[in-house]
Amino acid sequence: MLEKALVGSKKYWMWVSFLGTLILVGLFNYLRQFSYGLGITGLGRDVSWGLYIGQFTFLVGVAASAVMLVIPYYLHDFKKFGKIVILGEFLAVAAVIMCQLFIFVDMGQPMRVLNVMLHPTPNSVMFWDFLVLTGYLVLNIVIGWVTIGSDRKGVPPPKWIKPFIYLSIPWAVSIHTVTAFLFAGLPGRHFWLSAIMAARFLASAFAAGPSLLIILALIVRKTTKFDPGKEPIQAIGKIVAYAMFANVFFLGLEFFTAFYSQIPGHMESFIYLYKGLEGHTELVPLMRLSSVLAVVSLGMLLFPGIRKREGLLAFAAVALFISLWIDKGFGLIIGGFVPNMLNQVRTYWPTVTEGLIALGVWSVGFFVLTVLYKVAVGVREETAGVEIEH
Amino acid sequence: MKLYDGGKIIAGLIVFVALAAFPFFYNIGKANPKPEPKLDTPAIRQWEKQYGKKECIESKAYMRAEHMQLLNDWRDSVVRDNERLYISTTSKKHFNMSLQNDCMQCHSNKKKFCDECHNYLAVKPFCWDCHIAPKEDEKS
Amino acid sequence: MSMDRRKFLKIAGISSVLGLGASVAQATHNIWSKGLGPDQVAQNSKALKAKHWAMVIDMSKFRTDADFRKVADACHHIHNVPNFKTPDGKVDIKNEIKWIWKETYEHAFPQQENPYMEESLKEKPFLVLCNHCENPACVRVCPTKATFKRQDDGIVMMDMHRCIGCRFCMAACPYGARSFNWTDPRPAIDPRFENREYPTRTKGVVEKCTFCTERLAVGKMPACVEAAPKGGMFFGDLENHNSEVRKIVKTRLTVRRKPELGTGPSVYYLIGGKDHA
Repeated sequence: MLEKALVGSKKYWMWVSFLGTLILVGLFNYLRQFSYGLGITGLGRDVSWGLYIGQFTFLVGVAASAVMLVIPYYLHDFKKFGKIVILGEFLAVAAVIMCQLFIFVDMGQPMRVLNVMLHPTPNSVMFWDFLVLTGYLVLNIVIGWVTIGSDRKGVPPPKWIKPFIYLSIPWAVSIHTVTAFLFAGLPGRHFWLSAIMAARFLASAFAAGPSLLIILALIVRKTTKFDPGKEPIQAIGKIVAYAMFANVFFLGLEFFTAFYSQIPGHMESFIYLYKGLEGHTELVPLMRLSSVLAVVSLGMLLFPGIRKREGLLAFAAVALFISLWIDKGFGLIIGGFVPNMLNQVRTYWPTVTEGLIALGVWSVGFFVLTVLYKVAVGVREETAGVEIEH
Repeated sequence: MKLYDGGKIIAGLIVFVALAAFPFFYNIGKANPKPEPKLDTPAIRQWEKQYGKKECIESKAYMRAEHMQLLNDWRDSVVRDNERLYISTTSKKHFNMSLQNDCMQCHSNKKKFCDECHNYLAVKPFCWDCHIAPKEDEKS
Repeated sequence: MSMDRRKFLKIAGISSVLGLGASVAQATHNIWSKGLGPDQVAQNSKALKAKHWAMVIDMSKFRTDADFRKVADACHHIHNVPNFKTPDGKVDIKNEIKWIWKETYEHAFPQQENPYMEESLKEKPFLVLCNHCENPACVRVCPTKATFKRQDDGIVMMDMHRCIGCRFCMAACPYGARSFNWTDPRPAIDPRFENREYPTRTKGVVEKCTFCTERLAVGKMPACVEAAPKGGMFFGDLENHNSEVRKIVKTRLTVRRKPELGTGPSVYYLIGGKDHA
């Protein structure tokens, strides 16, 4: 079926070449980083995780969000999602690949990465992250490929795929829970030391991921002959609304604990992010933008009248995605490091090289997504009018 | 069976074979000389005076084949198990398990010893990224 | 015999997986089963031993800035710790690597602020270093056991060969005791003080104080303890009832950094100095 990605319109090839160029630029800059060391980024002794880990954290959420289509369709027989579950599964594949790439580019000694497998350490959350991410990648590749393959042949998928599909549901929850555990179990970093970290992660994942799916579905409708359908997109919109509400609510809960308790350790990171600490206000504009976008998008999503108009839904989805990208892909990570463990305010901003490497990784992800979607859309176009039975 | 696009295929094959076999063509007639690691250092001469013969911590054959694994084992033993003295199986002498402070005391001529074989085989061990190589002037 | 393409691919695929799997298993087995036998290793008879190495620092004995410089330099010089400076000669806080250094009271003990405390006390310098915790968070999070707690003496050690540079330990340490090599440290090592008997590190690995295990192994005290002013630093076995550190901790008032986190630091700060030993 990959041959479907080898034929396309001029626009398709232009898009693919554009991504290819960005990938090469990212690769070139990565080689510079490999040679000089991670000092080529804006990271330092005090803020030792930044853009790369932030992007990884955000993208694990996007990957997990495939489950928001799988659960209604496979557990509750919500037939409307029949034609687009594959879009969620393939998005998960692209997102997990980006996650693993972001981890790879963040390693100080990437050539030694297999030490994690050669010296397994079950008490380390990062060990489990490695395992569950790889497992989720394999699951979604297999499930996606087998189901779209059988759709192409016009037959139901083989029975043995069902247990894997059911497995992918708790597995999706696990990848994001484990990622949250990276942060939520570290003594001393009170910004992260919160029981609802995992819940927050899941809520923001189930808001951001499906939002991206809405945007992708609309793009697919515009650029191909496959129309995901108005009703499936509306259903996703409802899911996003609930998830975003939970996400904003949880953030409010964190604010309450920090500011009602008035404990400095809990408040200071929030103050740095949203107001500025000791004169350092680097992140304040971004974080406030994130809040404004969150409120705007949630406001729009809560009203069915607005949600039903696809143009407005798309706008809300974009605003939400950007808001959560800032919040989780940037603010959350840096907030944990400022102030540092000695109560000093030492800040961070990514360098151009760092940004280009990150852009390169995103381009790899979108490249994979483009190829996989071309295959999926190709099958849907081929089998238009045939009912899906899964 | 007809070979379609035969011209292009044959031409492509020739280009491929030329590229793939290039390393062999380029080196015809040139043979790199066999590596000759030198044991001529002040410390080894001193040892020979004291003990009557040159001897390493184990036999030459063993060291040649196993020094990589031995160094790995030494590393784990020193760093992880805090066992720092090595008892030679051949001579029963005790040695400090240290590349920098023991091996390189005798083999202070890294360029004429370690690098001889490593360069010949295009091996680039990264020991020297951390372990400080002995200072050498060109005379030794 | 004829075979269709699908069957051929299936057989080829399964054989490669089996072949790869077997070689991986072989390699892993090799890695795990090699090692030196007990008859091949020995300990130096002069090595210092303890069940739980701990340190007591009496800040009252540190009177001048030179006292601190001497201690920090002793450690950093013998361990080839690089000295990163910005172009205008200031400390490069981004790339800096430090194993032991001084912080003011308000930074060493962030939760103990007292707004009415005398200014000079607030600014009072304290020596800070890795606490070699009894329950170290850094060890808990390391995915490769590159940092690990030695069973026999409680030192939290670094295996520079295994570290993959993920910096999870740096996120986990509640004391900011760890440094990362953001680039090759060698250009920043002062050649005047290079110690040719100790390795440097390479870019991409984390490093920190190791309680001078290489010195303990040959019967010497850690470099900082030796360089400290008389009575300024004590080092010994907390499990030995007769050791200096045990006696001080038992009879005098000491504090540790962030004890409420449950990490169990092994570095104690003596309160109310006076002449001791």
